[in-house]
Amino acid sequence: MPVSLLWAVDVYGRVYSLSTAGQQWEQCRDAQMEFKRVTAAQQCCWGIACDNNIYLNVHASDLPVRYQEETYENQRWNPVDGFSERLLPSDRWQWSDVTGLQHQPLDSFQLPSSSWEWEGDWYVDENFEGEPTEKGGWSYAIDFPATYTKDKKWNSCVRRRRWLRYRRYKAMDTWAKIPSQQTTLPDPFSDISCGGWEISEEPRGRLSLWAVSLQGKVWFRDGIYHHNPEGSLWEEVFLPGEVIQISCGPGDLVWAVLWEGQLIVREGISRDCPKGSSWAVVESPSPDVGAIHVAVGINVVWAVTKDNKVWFRRGVNSHNPCGSGWIGMVGEMITINVGLNDQVWAINCEDRAVYFRQGVTSSELSGKTWKAITVPRDGDRSHSSFSFLSTLDSAGCYFCGEVRAQSVVSDAESDTEKGSADGESIPGEGEVKAPCAGSALSPSQSGGPLDPQWSNVDLEEAQQAQTVAVQDTADTCSLSSVATYTLAMEDPYGADEHPLWAWVSGGGCSVDSHSQLNWFNFSMNTLVSSVQSMSLSVSPAQTAAWRRQIFEQLSERTKREMDNFRHYEQAVEQSVWVKKGTMQWWRDWKPHKWIDVHFALEQFSGPDGNKDGILFIYYNYYEEKKYLHAFINEVTILVPVLNDSKHTFAIYTPERTKQRWPIRLAAATELEMHDWLALLSVSCCDSRGIHGPPSKQAIWSITCKGDIFISEPSPGLEAMPYPTPCDQMFWRQVGGHLRVVECNSVGIVWGIGYDHTAWVHTGGYGGGFFQGLASSTDNIYTQTDVKSVYIYENQRWNPVTGYTNRYCTLLRLEFTKRVVSDWAIDYSVSGGTDREGWQFAADFPASYHGYKTMKDFVRRRRWARKCKLTTTGPWQEIPPIPLSDVTILPCTAQSSVDVIPVWAISNKGDVLCRLGVTALTPAGSSWLHVGTDQPFKSISIGAASQVWAIARDGSAFYRGSVSARSPAGDCWYHIPSPAKQKLKQVSVGRTSVYTVDENGNLWYRQGVTPSYPQGSSWEHISNNVRKVSVGPLDQVWIIADKVQGSHSLSCGTVCHRLGVQPVEPKGQSWDYGIGGGWDHITVRGNSVEPPRLRLPSLTDPSSRSPVPVRNTEVNGVGN
Amino acid sequence: MADDKDVLRDVWFGRIPTCFTLNQDEVTEREAEPYYLLLPRVSYLTLVTDKVKKHFLKVMRAEDVEEMWFEYEGTPLKWHYPIGVLFDLHASNNVLPWSITVHFKNFPDHDLLHCPSNSVIEAHFMSSIKEADALKHKSQVVNDMQKKDHKQLWMGLQNDKFDQFWAMNRKLMEYPTEDGGFRYIPFRIYQTMSDRPFIQKLFRPVSPEGSAHSLGDLLKEMYPDAITNDGEQKRYQVVIHGIEPLLETPLQWLSEHLSHPDNFLHICVIPLTHQPAG
Repeated sequence: MPVSLLWAVDVYGRVYSLSTAGQQWEQCRDAQMEFKRVTAAQQCCWGIACDNNIYLNVHASDLPVRYQEETYENQRWNPVDGFSERLLPSDRWQWSDVTGLQHQPLDSFQLPSSSWEWEGDWYVDENFEGEPTEKGGWSYAIDFPATYTKDKKWNSCVRRRRWLRYRRYKAMDTWAKIPSQQTTLPDPFSDISCGGWEISEEPRGRLSLWAVSLQGKVWFRDGIYHHNPEGSLWEEVFLPGEVIQISCGPGDLVWAVLWEGQLIVREGISRDCPKGSSWAVVESPSPDVGAIHVAVGINVVWAVTKDNKVWFRRGVNSHNPCGSGWIGMVGEMITINVGLNDQVWAINCEDRAVYFRQGVTSSELSGKTWKAITVPRDGDRSHSSFSFLSTLDSAGCYFCGEVRAQSVVSDAESDTEKGSADGESIPGEGEVKAPCAGSALSPSQSGGPLDPQWSNVDLEEAQQAQTVAVQDTADTCSLSSVATYTLAMEDPYGADEHPLWAWVSGGGCSVDSHSQLNWFNFSMNTLVSSVQSMSLSVSPAQTAAWRRQIFEQLSERTKREMDNFRHYEQAVEQSVWVKKGTMQWWRDWKPHKWIDVHFALEQFSGPDGNKDGILFIYYNYYEEKKYLHAFINEVTILVPVLNDSKHTFAIYTPERTKQRWPIRLAAATELEMHDWLALLSVSCCDSRGIHGPPSKQAIWSITCKGDIFISEPSPGLEAMPYPTPCDQMFWRQVGGHLRVVECNSVGIVWGIGYDHTAWVHTGGYGGGFFQGLASSTDNIYTQTDVKSVYIYENQRWNPVTGYTNRYCTLLRLEFTKRVVSDWAIDYSVSGGTDREGWQFAADFPASYHGYKTMKDFVRRRRWARKCKLTTTGPWQEIPPIPLSDVTILPCTAQSSVDVIPVWAISNKGDVLCRLGVTALTPAGSSWLHVGTDQPFKSISIGAASQVWAIARDGSAFYRGSVSARSPAGDCWYHIPSPAKQKLKQVSVGRTSVYTVDENGNLWYRQGVTPSYPQGSSWEHISNNVRKVSVGPLDQVWIIADKVQGSHSLSCGTVCHRLGVQPVEPKGQSWDYGIGGGWDHITVRGNSVEPPRLRLPSLTDPSSRSPVPVRNTEVNGVGN
Repeated sequence: MADDKDVLRDVWFGRIPTCFTLNQDEVTEREAEPYYLLLPRVSYLTLVTDKVKKHFLKVMRAEDVEEMWFEYEGTPLKWHYPIGVLFDLHASNNVLPWSITVHFKNFPDHDLLHCPSNSVIEAHFMSSIKEADALKHKSQVVNDMQKKDHKQLWMGLQNDKFDQFWAMNRKLMEYPTEDGGFRYIPFRIYQTMSDRPFIQKLFRPVSPEGSAHSLGDLLKEMYPDAITNDGEQKRYQVVIHGIEPLLETPLQWLSEHLSHPDNFLHICVIPLTHQPAG
């Protein structure tokens, strides 16, 4: 779980945040003034300060916020000057936007606010549709507006080029004022709420921000997204009444409270209209007492009425934003807030503590109990001056206007407003207990002027008063607050034993009911002891000298006492041990079907002391009892298989890999299958003498199910001319669930989940269904992953049925455990969609496009649902940036490189360089952003620090001057892709550069030399390739589609390039290994040079591709 | 990135190559060939020498055979010490294989316990485990176990089944995190030149101040001579399972990972024979 923050404001206007990993509230010290309210998202926090301006605090990230400004320079040819800026009167401006309609000279671009700075000066974009122009970036056309080409032709009369300049948002981790609009708003803001980030993923980081003014008007901030965090302008939203407070959830729920106590619900919020269209009214939960506060999440609405009662709204969801009825809840609160995962926070009206609602789950959204967060603030223990001040305060009685809170509208701002608008009514609701002189605070009781701006005036007074009273205002800043909180007499202000909170926002706080939090039952002792236990567990005990000494001496002892005596007889003979069970087997003969079989594993001690065993499958063949057997020491892999109705796994031997026909078995329950898999895995590992964690040289691979397998490379794996056949490689599973894994030969292994979370290997083994001794203990952690399940809706057929693709049926079984979202339309389908997610085509099945034409008679759209998987494995999360690709410098084994270059691509296409990665700290420390003009999708770094990357448009880039001193290099060199092909993935070994394009072709980069690392051209090697991994020996491994075996055909097969030598880096032919159903492989850890024999090559010199087969429906591991 | 689990495995699968020869004085019908065997360090001599017995009985007359016992360079070997302890204590600095002499008569009653059957070994083994748990957990863990759990421990040792043994033994190695270790560490310190069989006292894994005790702390209290002070020549080796852990090694960790199956940490202190200083 990445660390995230809960935000809160105390009654003095000080802003604090509490980390999910922390145990104390940290004051936000850079806040120059007091705040009334804050509202948080994960990437930022908005607040209203006491000057009534809105401030934004964007959390610093390794990913900078940069905005690309562009403008086009247009020229026309004339016989006198050639191409020049002299344009025809009917032409566009000499400087314009892409359409030509907008006049945009370079100097017309201004920074939007003082929070921005220019990264550099304007420059010409040399790329044109994925190709370098090398002509000053000009592209040519017959006339404006027309189709442009990069080459000048005889009839090219006009030309244009694109200029780029980046500006960077610099006000990170600080409160920056949102510039007020030209037309100043009529009155100051009193409430603010952000959310809506789940409405749409595009544009990235989009937020809805709703604000309420003192006069009860509602405003919507338009244009907030990642590259424009401040948004662009305020739009007024028309209302049926005067609003006092508003709440916006992460999805499409927006509720507000009216002055009269009813609630209004925004309707019509959608991807295309985040502002919504209309309001619906919902009555207050209690007929007599109006609501004063509302908080919404994704599927929940909570409200507080003026008598501080808490209410939960039943039946709320995206289709029915109004819900169906109110349920009264226990507890008396003044405010309530719903954060991520529909978790609920509230401030109690009695002790003013922040409470967390425990037990809120998707099945029980109202939770179970309130629990107080009892951690102290960072200043509580160290600032003795503060407590001194407190005593002073109570003695001097600076405070006044203490009001019984019970019956008062205790929300700070609505109070203020009442105070100003209707000062006389206050004593009626809340009795003034102790008015006293020197009233520095509490404007509502001091009978402030009716001017709506009064709070400002009062605040200045307050600050003055405080400056007089206390020397050290910066450190304590206790008195000046605009919030006219109400306070019960039971809580004398001076004591300040615990913080008094006014506002809380959990919109950025990623916790759920399973989170382990240290926020409750806090005491000094627990802190001390937890620190102690921390230091015990995270101390470098693993690398302590005594431990090393024991490991070393034990292995010396083995050498001394056992290595020369292996031929001696063992004193204790091992007996045979049998485990039996029943299973189903996918029978070998046609028609293929599942039949019941008896299954037995016999284990015994092999001749060399290793355990060995035989597997028996007893079946009936036409009333005749028969059996099939496999020697455990011949089993090369046990693979859990995706199946929509059974719990199945496959057993391969070298022979069965050649056949592409494994032994397929199905167990009755998942638990039974895991038991068998764990037992068989241990048995296979024992028979081969493999124990413990993977070696640094290990080859890692991932199946389409997300299961992770490792193989220890034999010394002869890359030998010439007789390498170990790769169907003999033994694979064992490690716990976890990943989409991508990359490693290098010093043992650094990174993975990326389906949800783009980055993970680093802890060096352990086991996890998942491996229990007890087959798993290491001290470095196995919980891992979660989220996969999307898709289903297509076809227009003429029944909705939400019809086609399902392969992954869909396969995944449903596995992920049913925790479905975390409802079905939603998926707009990110290739080919594009229209506003409702539909794709159009002439007929089923066909290629679809995202707009309707005359010829289209059918349409479809894709629905997606997210499912969450929780497992365990030797992986630790590397928050916070989600990744789509990663690469680690493939060191040779003897390399003493200290800091190891790791590059990655974020899921939004940013290129990142990881700093501080060493063998001891494989997770590294922070990201360095490397600027690009377009998003990227694949990256690879070679042994000599040569970095290659593939952009989303399918073109390749080479990064110049990457070295230990300059880990991010200096600039990108654009490399044209092979003719008419869009590249998809790249892998760089010692010197070789290989790419795969979107049509499954494998390309080798010709002419790469140390002096000319970009190379000269692409040479086609093979087709039907899905992925390539080039290792530190320049060995080439791929995942190939459509490999024909003697019994069947497999897709997603591990293949090894044979005949690769320094003089012949392209190799000669393929050797076929495990598959199908494989998605990913990395051989970048294997740097053991094989003994190279100089023999005449005996392998077939003709290049063989994986067999091209026309059959389009090919079964992977899946079916 | 070795794992602590690997230590358990290395300890369990430790083997001593041994050459058994029949005592010269035994009466045989024909000459007895020596018998070679890999002995498990963590087991007991009489438990793993059935094959040795069978081998020598082939050349002997039944009436010449009494209870079998073993001797190394004149020292009768106590079967109730783990084999590894016997080896480390008496023979560790000599060449391998370990040469053990087999006797079938003149049982040294004052030196050795009789071992008429495996049930005697089992009783001894189980009483050690119970004693150790009394020290570690006030016997709570071992008493909570069922009869078949005890049997599983014993069968695991007898049949050399690491997984079977540790599936149960891990329970004996647990302790409440807040305690930082066992109540007392079950240990025995053996020395060659002493009338006392071994040193065994109460010793906690954590000092009253809360810091973890190390092997050095234990020896300082139990056997100060074993520690080499600054400037001194090393006089003793401190050996556990044939290795010399550093003195700063935490005692609790040692107890969890380098104890014998009987749950005791058996520590051998072996004097070094130095060339007289010239």
